[in-house]
Amino acid sequence: MIFRRNLSLRWKIPLRVMAAVLGTAITVTVALVVWEYDEMRQNLEGHAKSLGRVLANTLVAPVLHDDIWRAYEILQSARETYPAAPELQAEVVLITDADYKVFVSTKPREFPIGSNPATRGGAYAQLRTGLVSGDAMAQRVLEPADSPVYFVMSPLVADGVALGHVILGYSKVSFVPRFVGLVKRAALVTVLVLLIIAPISWVWASRTGEPLLRLAEAMRRVPGELEESRLTDLPNSGDEIGQLAAAYQRMVSELKNKQELERQMLVSERLAAVGRLTAGIAHEINNPLGGMLTAINTYQRHGSGNDPLALSTLSLLERGLTQIRHTVGALLVESKAKDRPFASEDVDDLLILAESEAHGRGIGVVVESNLDGSLPLPATLMRQILLNLLLNALAAAEEGGGVRLVVESAEKQLHLAVTNDGDYIPQERMDTLFEPFATTSERGNGLGLWIVYQIVQQLGGEIEVESLPGCTTFKVEIPYGNTV
Amino acid sequence: MSFLGKWRAWLEQKLGRTVVFVQRGNYREIIDLLRSGKIDFAWLCGYPYIRHRHEFRLVVVPLWRNQPLYQSYLIVPADDKRTKTIADLRGKVFAYSDPDSNSGYLYPQYALTMLGEKPSIFFSRTFFTGAHRKVVEAVGVGLADGGAVDGYVWDTLAEVRPDLTAATRIIDRSPLLGYPPFVARSDIPAKELDHFRQVLLGMADDPLGSELLGRLRLDGFVTGRPGLFDGIAQMAAKVGRK
Repeated sequence: MIFRRNLSLRWKIPLRVMAAVLGTAITVTVALVVWEYDEMRQNLEGHAKSLGRVLANTLVAPVLHDDIWRAYEILQSARETYPAAPELQAEVVLITDADYKVFVSTKPREFPIGSNPATRGGAYAQLRTGLVSGDAMAQRVLEPADSPVYFVMSPLVADGVALGHVILGYSKVSFVPRFVGLVKRAALVTVLVLLIIAPISWVWASRTGEPLLRLAEAMRRVPGELEESRLTDLPNSGDEIGQLAAAYQRMVSELKNKQELERQMLVSERLAAVGRLTAGIAHEINNPLGGMLTAINTYQRHGSGNDPLALSTLSLLERGLTQIRHTVGALLVESKAKDRPFASEDVDDLLILAESEAHGRGIGVVVESNLDGSLPLPATLMRQILLNLLLNALAAAEEGGGVRLVVESAEKQLHLAVTNDGDYIPQERMDTLFEPFATTSERGNGLGLWIVYQIVQQLGGEIEVESLPGCTTFKVEIPYGNTV
Repeated sequence: MSFLGKWRAWLEQKLGRTVVFVQRGNYREIIDLLRSGKIDFAWLCGYPYIRHRHEFRLVVVPLWRNQPLYQSYLIVPADDKRTKTIADLRGKVFAYSDPDSNSGYLYPQYALTMLGEKPSIFFSRTFFTGAHRKVVEAVGVGLADGGAVDGYVWDTLAEVRPDLTAATRIIDRSPLLGYPPFVARSDIPAKELDHFRQVLLGMADDPLGSELLGRLRLDGFVTGRPGLFDGIAQMAAKVGRK
């Protein structure tokens, strides 16, 4: 049972088709055999009755003249075989006299003249009972129970007096060869049909089952190998299987979107937390730092002593504190209230900066800009963004490779895209890419992208990265006009 | 052409006149036709000839195995191994060929009479087949437990249809008796009788005639004399029919 349920469609469909063909063949054969039996019985009865009538009429004269030989000859001629319908041939023909003694029979050795058929017992004993009980003048069919023979009896009547009976005995066994022939023919046809149907249903099963099998295989990969599952070649048809595949594809891509979204949310939440933390720390550090630097400055200008040791110590402290202030300042990006608007010249300036860097490693820099005039965006911050991205791209690009910068402004959106042809960023780095000090670069302080991210956030824009082998692109979108 | 057709053509050629064969199912009808002058000649059994010897004239007697004699055979089914003589057939079914036949009726009647039996009640049932060959068939299939048959017919049948005779067994052969003769009506002109007789007597020497005789398994004809049938006459006298 379990085995049958778990069997692959590849087998199930052909087996079911075969079973259907077989079932139909058996039903039709049984119906045919039953029908044939009825038909044969009716034919036989009709034939036997008319033969019985003819014999009864013909035999009246020989019986009246006690002409046994003539009667025997007539019976012999009536027993001619019909090759097409052997069952129509009577097994035995008896002529009995009024006392139910054999007048003559087609089997003289079994039914000698003058003998009583009832002495043979079985069906013949019951025959006598039947003869006595019924209407002596009517033709009758007698089928003794449990007998392989049944009888059609016709009275021999002369001048209204019953001289005896003509009894035709038919074997039921003679039906068997006919049935066997019928069943054999049916079996042959069934086998032929099965031989034709088998490969057809196999192909049919493959066609029906194959897409389902692929779908099942694809589903088995969820959720572990979502991407592979999504990329599986699924049936693309309008039927139910096709619809199922389409629905499955939708489900997988939505699942993937959801996963992506969750990941992004996680990254941005973490970045926001890091941002809040750094801002808090920066403020806490900046307040005393300002006081300390002011104190050192005051002492240097108005201090009483000219103790060289004290001066050099203070100078050391001042340099250290200034470095702390720069670092903290870098962590904490703050837009200046007053800044000039971002203009196309800014892009040109940055290009000059970048080219001096690129020149050393033979990297080509391409700029596509549709910027014309200025945009209401803070120039300093925008330059910071572009500079950081360009420097990163140059650092990542292959020796002799290329970097591409696209600047487009459209519909109150500024699109920036910086592309390099260097190694791509592996997936595991993506999640922490924008976090401070997350870099693995030997140069730089690990704050470049963090600063870019902070600025973009402050300007209400978005940043995303696409990294494929040989093509890594940072895309930035910043709205303008509504904000600053 | 059938045998009778050939024989008829041969006779017509030899006799220089039209010949018509008339066949009937039993001797009685032939005898009636001969007596009423509707036919001229007949091939009859010795028994009816004896009974009407004063009305008919003997033409020729066929020669079988070079003798104008033959026997009656009493036969039983081949699977009946027990019956030795006709006496063992008491109460059985017996097949005769024709009530006017010597070999097929008179001889068994005679044989029973000689045993002191009454032929009419000795058997439980008797029937006539109308032909010797059919007696062989009736006995062979077991329809009759015994039968009386012309020995010439049985022996001939043993050659052409051995399957029929093999189903029977001979239990008794009669003494040699006069072979069924050719007879003529009593008022036949002497010239015609003689012409016919000469034609038949010369048949064995004629190429086509001897071929026809071969088909009949006969060797020829002799003039014969009525005394040849005395044996039959004696049996008829014993049985009590004249």
